[in-house]
Amino acid sequence: MATHPKSTRTSVPAQQTARKDGAPAAGPDASGRTGATASGPQLRTQSDNGLLLPVPDEDGAPFWEYAARGELRVQSCADCGELRFPPRPCCPRCQSFADSWERMSGRGRIWSYVLPHPPLLPAYAEQAPYNAVLVELSEAPGIRLAGNVVAAPDAALDSVDPAKLRIGAPVKAVFHEMAPGTTVPRWLLERP
Amino acid sequence: MKDAAAIVGIGQTPFAKHLPEAEKTLACRAVLDALDDAGIAPSEVDAFASYTMEETEEVEVAKAIGAGDVTFFSKVGYGGGGSCATVAHLAAAIATGQATVGVAWRSRKRGSGARPWRNTQQQLPTPAQWTRPFGLLRPVDEIAMLTRRYMHEFGVSRDHLFNVALACRNRANQNPAAMMYERPLTREMYMTARWISEPLCLYDNCLETDGALACVVVSADRARDCRRRPVLVHSAAQGMPAQHHGMVNYWCDDPLEGPAWTAARRLWEGADLRPQDVDVAQIYDAFTALVPLSLEGYGFCGRGEGGAFTEGGALEIGGRLPLNTGGGGLSEAYVHGFNLINEGVRQLRGTSTAQVPDASTCLVTAGEGVPTSALLLRS
Ligand SMILES: [Zn+2]
Repeated sequence: MATHPKSTRTSVPAQQTARKDGAPAAGPDASGRTGATASGPQLRTQSDNGLLLPVPDEDGAPFWEYAARGELRVQSCADCGELRFPPRPCCPRCQSFADSWERMSGRGRIWSYVLPHPPLLPAYAEQAPYNAVLVELSEAPGIRLAGNVVAAPDAALDSVDPAKLRIGAPVKAVFHEMAPGTTVPRWLLERP
Repeated sequence: MKDAAAIVGIGQTPFAKHLPEAEKTLACRAVLDALDDAGIAPSEVDAFASYTMEETEEVEVAKAIGAGDVTFFSKVGYGGGGSCATVAHLAAAIATGQATVGVAWRSRKRGSGARPWRNTQQQLPTPAQWTRPFGLLRPVDEIAMLTRRYMHEFGVSRDHLFNVALACRNRANQNPAAMMYERPLTREMYMTARWISEPLCLYDNCLETDGALACVVVSADRARDCRRRPVLVHSAAQGMPAQHHGMVNYWCDDPLEGPAWTAARRLWEGADLRPQDVDVAQIYDAFTALVPLSLEGYGFCGRGEGGAFTEGGALEIGGRLPLNTGGGGLSEAYVHGFNLINEGVRQLRGTSTAQVPDASTCLVTAGEGVPTSALLLRS
């Protein structure tokens, strides 16, 4: 199974195992209100240009908080070290409820990809066909993050020629602010 | 539970892109049609089963059709993964003495109604937060992702997917009730069709249908007194593999070995039959690629051999495994797979519009890629 980066627990902020008791100021509201986001009590589900923002749940909130700081982190068991994704309340291997969030190198490979065409939501239709990819993380091949391969962090979803996409192609994570306070990982080809 | 319960009635409304009546009305029509087919009075119904996505509640159906006191009711989750489980739950309830006459149904106006993925306000936070912002908006995008990987790992080709679409379309062309009854499909049409989500094109996608279906389940003893030849529920199973995540099943060790494998193990354990004994199959086909994956999962071929299995007319009448003989979700109607159940019953009654000669065993499956279910029916 997944390999566990050693000795990184100490580098994780203090809310790592107590995040359910209070959300950090900069991050999404983890109080459990369904759909609450970093933008405050008003439900914000779309960026200004109509793309869908991630609507975190309590388990997923730390991922997006770290992403807003430009860090790609994955939930890990604080007792046995097993990485798990998507995040969840306890460890499926040892049943511990203690977690930490491990920083990933941001390196991975394309596991698969699609090119969506209309009918789509208008903001996506404008950029179609664009790519959506699954990236296997180097540290944990069973963890496959959905994302987009782009030419630059803030480039359009269709900024890379689909002919350059290959299953197995190495990619690296960058971060793109979709809306104030909401940042998502995106992917650049290592060999564009 | 083996052979303890039987399907003795099937009913349905017409299928169309748009039907004027409400879902509730269509549900009642399908249920009454199935009871009439069985020769059982509505007042004898004491059990109901449907999908969690069904929007007509049991109370609405029961009071409208004039059901009696109801002692069992159940709803199964995960969209089309629940189709066969509705019958399985009724069969189990009847076998354990909780009820005597069960009705399963599905009514849906997906043809004229809204496309669920267009709803931006009602994002389920898990797992939509991990996929939708990146433009994986629709079920077709999620399954296309698995399909490209499947093609890459095992050499499954677009021709293999076309074989699935063609078999379904050919059977629909024999079935006057099918939405694609008078609409033949050619390889050229398939290969030049517009993409929906590459590598899946228009013809890899199921239809958008208004319609409703229902069936009636009673004990095998009671079935002998019904109007039609009973179709026995020989074996039934649900399947949700360890570390499964639902439709977006991207985070287990092997996303291409899905719930079909889990359901199949239980299904065959409970059966006196093996895959090679199956005369005809109704395989859930919201997308073409689910069919070869399901053929692997249910043991008709080995891992990675689902594409090759479709070659040489294998899925056509007279082939190794004729399937979706009413046209399936791809070409008859897409009502979350319930039409596959009714068509399985017709095959074992000998009344299909594309009858497999002397068919006595039929496998019916529910949605692959989500927590699923399956029925092994026999006459
Ligand atoms: Zn653990």
